[in-house]
Amino acid sequence: MIHLINVKSLTAVLVILGVLFLYSFLSYRTSHQQNITAENRLSADVVAVGNEFHLVAPEHLQYEQPSIVQGSRIDVVAVTPWLAPIVWEGTFNPVLLDSIYKPKNITIIATVFAVGKYIMFLKRFLETAEQHFFVGFKVHIYVFTDRPNEVPPVTMASGRRVNRTRKQPKRSNTLTEFATGLFPEANSDKKRLHFFLQLIVRLVPTAKRWQEISARRMELIQMVIEEQLPNNRNYIFCLDVDSQFHGRWGSESLGGLVAVTHPGYYRDPRSKFPYERRPSSRAYLAPGEGDFYYCGGAFGGLLQEVHHLAKTCRHNFEADAQEGIEAAWQEESHLNRYMWINKPSKVLSPEYLWQDFKPRNPEVHIVRFSGVVKNYADIRPNA
Amino acid sequence: MLRCIYRNHILIGLPWLFIFLGFLYIYRGPSISPLYGSDTNIIETKSEPLNGPLNKGVCSDNGSWRVGDLKMQTGRTDVNSVTNWNAPLVWEGTFDPVVIDAIYKKMDPRVAVVLFAVGKYTRFLKGFLESAEKYFLVGFRVTYYIFTDNKGDVPTIKLGKGRKISVVTIPSVNRWQEVVLGRMKWATITIDKQIRNEADYLYMMDIDSVFHNDFGAESLSPLSAVLHRGYYKNTRRDQFPYERRPKSMAYIPTDEGDYYYTAAVWGGYLEDMYRLVKYCYTQSEEDAKNDIEAVWQEESHLNKYLLYNKPTKVLSPEYLWSDYDKIPADIKVVRISQLVKNYEEVRPNGGH
Repeated sequence: MIHLINVKSLTAVLVILGVLFLYSFLSYRTSHQQNITAENRLSADVVAVGNEFHLVAPEHLQYEQPSIVQGSRIDVVAVTPWLAPIVWEGTFNPVLLDSIYKPKNITIIATVFAVGKYIMFLKRFLETAEQHFFVGFKVHIYVFTDRPNEVPPVTMASGRRVNRTRKQPKRSNTLTEFATGLFPEANSDKKRLHFFLQLIVRLVPTAKRWQEISARRMELIQMVIEEQLPNNRNYIFCLDVDSQFHGRWGSESLGGLVAVTHPGYYRDPRSKFPYERRPSSRAYLAPGEGDFYYCGGAFGGLLQEVHHLAKTCRHNFEADAQEGIEAAWQEESHLNRYMWINKPSKVLSPEYLWQDFKPRNPEVHIVRFSGVVKNYADIRPNA
Repeated sequence: MLRCIYRNHILIGLPWLFIFLGFLYIYRGPSISPLYGSDTNIIETKSEPLNGPLNKGVCSDNGSWRVGDLKMQTGRTDVNSVTNWNAPLVWEGTFDPVVIDAIYKKMDPRVAVVLFAVGKYTRFLKGFLESAEKYFLVGFRVTYYIFTDNKGDVPTIKLGKGRKISVVTIPSVNRWQEVVLGRMKWATITIDKQIRNEADYLYMMDIDSVFHNDFGAESLSPLSAVLHRGYYKNTRRDQFPYERRPKSMAYIPTDEGDYYYTAAVWGGYLEDMYRLVKYCYTQSEEDAKNDIEAVWQEESHLNKYLLYNKPTKVLSPEYLWSDYDKIPADIKVVRISQLVKNYEEVRPNGGH
């Protein structure tokens, strides 16, 4: 009997030792793999994303010599504390930038939401985009609406015809796609404005509250991007439909993650920014925190960057909603928290999203994109 | 008899219990977060590195940064802070080092510094390395690659955590111009064979300099170039000392050019720097075949490359000054400066 106990206890000890050895071996291997993955990931990232930042300019391009000691704009700040450029008129040479980006053969994707009565703004948005938004580049505009039949037939300024083709929906879920193309014909008297502007209309369900429309934007942006990924070097901008273009919005706005400063707050101290101030929300920003107040109505960047932004904001918004809290300015609050943590690599001045009802400030030399005056009672489903 | 059974049962049951617990621990234990983070991590994105370009990223807990209220209308007004292709021009006062360091430290990149200390130039190693330990990318992982023809001359320096020295032996040469051109050749070979597996960012620096102030993560970008202190003020582009003979590969016509950059300090992503270093090497070789040497050797080739491949960050002359020159008012801080030296003493072919 004693003999038996000894053998059994011996096996028990051996088994325990075996388990401990297995555990420590596996955990060492996983942590070692983590290190390798981290380092490989870092090196791989350096190689993979190098191309976006390789700025090749053509030989023999003629332009005025840039100055180092004379700032083109001394009335405004042209770079953030983390060295992201702040784009103001006069700080960049549009010809040089276009000549750098055009050969990259990129497509600019734009998303607009024209739900309910907001469809009435679409016509002017599209017409002015054709004149000012990334002229000379390939542009695909995704229009999300619950009224696809009201998407206007846009007549171009030079009188070109618009070709529209409508396909039958292939799948019967909430997102149905009608393909509509705008094919500018060659025009002899006016220079061709857009190389290729394509309009894609997507059906979304009608919402009862305007806040719901706002909330779904992030989810729909995320889905559009997911269709384009992986390995896509294109850029996307998410814009408000109730605005018009009045001036150039072009390659100077391209960057990894691009935000626009809100026209109403760029002169104010950060204590006045309408961040979400309740700690229970995931969009919370404490007093003393925050760089700028960014618009929810215009933001963009590389597809992967905006995808991460949309996914995060959507997740946080939904998590908040589950706890019965809605941030002060819905996804704009979540966007501001995201940009506080994930610094934008380029900031666009309020020239890139003004408001028609505001008088022009002296530092704003040109208004490129501006929200039109509207009567909220007329257009919002729940005012 | 009963007692034995109970003891046996325990002895059999206990190891199985341990095995079961062990497996539970292993599988629930350390979780490797995927690139975009698990769902629970999305809520607090600041704990995650971004899967994005290395020159922007996640700001860690910003506790110490409360730099007054950020307005869009303050900053350096005596100098330009962006180039006309929208790249930042880095001057003291245009950036916040705490914020930038926090962003880059999160990514923890490996930085390589390529230094040439050939012949008598090894005497500058001690001063350079000791000052670099105090001021250059403090807190980051830095490896100094010292190219020398005399390994014994490399001094022992006390290095900070995560920093090391790697010595590469190269043959001696007779003319200082050959030393300079040899830099490109040896740098190309060594980056290709060795450094590209060991670093994310690479800097090329002149050894005959000393750091005087912080030279930090604000200098990191895919391709960073430094303005030459002699030509940044009011020099017209036709006065820049570019190579002006069309026979050379470094030729730039008089009506072209943004800035004149120095070859004493340049840096960037490893692959971008490799491309540039290799370019300078192959272009100098091409020139040598045609019996011509560019007026400022690799600096001429560098300037030609940077004219058509725009740098993503331009660093002000604070990032390479010279002890020979008086410091003007717009240089608020001298971060690294070239030493006064007796050329006859240190060059292999003495003076010119």
